[in-house]
Amino acid sequence: MKWLRNNWDQVAIALGEHIVISFTSVAIAFAMSLAIGIWAARNERVFRWAIAVSGFLYTIPTLAFLALLIPIVGLGRVNAIICMVAFSLMIMIRNVATGIREVPVEVVDAARGMGMHPFEILTKIELPLALPVIVAGLRIATVTVISVAVVAAYINAGGLGTLIFNGISNDFAPKIWAGALTSCALAVAADLSLAKVEGWLRHRAA
Amino acid sequence: MLLVEAWQFIVAHPGRFFDALATHVALSAAALGLAIAIALPVGVLLADTRRAALVAITAANIGRTLPSLAVLALVMPVLGTGFVPSLFALTLLALPPILINTVTALQQVDADMVDAARGMGMTRAQIMRKVELPVAMPVIFAGIRTAAVQVVSGAVLAAYIGGGGLGDFITSGIAMMALPQLLVGAIPATLLAIGADRLFGHLQKILTPAGMRPR
Repeated sequence: MKWLRNNWDQVAIALGEHIVISFTSVAIAFAMSLAIGIWAARNERVFRWAIAVSGFLYTIPTLAFLALLIPIVGLGRVNAIICMVAFSLMIMIRNVATGIREVPVEVVDAARGMGMHPFEILTKIELPLALPVIVAGLRIATVTVISVAVVAAYINAGGLGTLIFNGISNDFAPKIWAGALTSCALAVAADLSLAKVEGWLRHRAA
Repeated sequence: MLLVEAWQFIVAHPGRFFDALATHVALSAAALGLAIAIALPVGVLLADTRRAALVAITAANIGRTLPSLAVLALVMPVLGTGFVPSLFALTLLALPPILINTVTALQQVDADMVDAARGMGMTRAQIMRKVELPVAMPVIFAGIRTAAVQVVSGAVLAAYIGGGGLGDFITSGIAMMALPQLLVGAIPATLLAIGADRLFGHLQKILTPAGMRPR
């Protein structure tokens, strides 16, 4: 605790970097998942392929994934972001596609009967109704990415992992605790606030 | 080109490679085994009381947000470095998914089924063994599968606290910027994780009671 009080600026910088790389990754992955998920919701074969490929990416151990990217993009933030995007695709594609699929057929039929064209049906009917499920996926992905980003410090991407790695190499426990607890708190905070959004969306939909 | 060099590295140092591979598999298997041995009975005990179950699930969910690396790093100041501290940390990592799935699966067993079993004169232990556990098995195994992949991935990070395994090649590969060596660690580790996922996915299918399989 004493170390944290004297070095809070160092922790704050690491926290800032952590937030930037995590949220950049989630934002990119979310945009990709939305596009792929919408396509997959309409086509069973696309769905199966998308889940198989993104599931494969999801299974690759983080450190191995970072290592495999080094010969291609080198060390640093780009490498870390690619890894985290690949890691979170599966969770979000699955939720976007199932969310849209769970929209009752009658509702879509009624919208078509009212003369809406497919793009209107997507943006005014399907996406709003699927939103709670989509946000649930976003929530799991965000928490996962925050904890994966810790490992990314090893390839010079910065973030809270830097504190943990420094702590390991200097055998200095307070630094490890500071990094671990801050990343845990960040994950819990992200989880709770997205849970609140999800709850509100579900309430509104019901 | 890199792949060829990686292959040549393995051929040149077969002892080192197979030692690391064996350590990795032993570490993962032992951690998963221990976690199952702890989480499964605890889950069965907790599932009966609603409040205890809720506390356990909340605790496990918070435990889940702790990054794998943090768990490994925090074990080090207490237990030191090496195989046993790594085993301890990886076991901790594998507990939450198994515990959460065991508790929720048992709670979701159809109350009518349990009633029918009770009506047939089954004892509490018989109901657990012959009705609740088989019905809950697919979900429990989904938790074990998640834990297995997590443990194999986490074991790569064990290299940081001297736990050995395939992560050793990755850390030294990054330190010396020896690209082929990176692949010597990364590719087998990836294959192991995917193998574990497939294996437990298959077991999950086999262990689903015949009456519950999708037709």
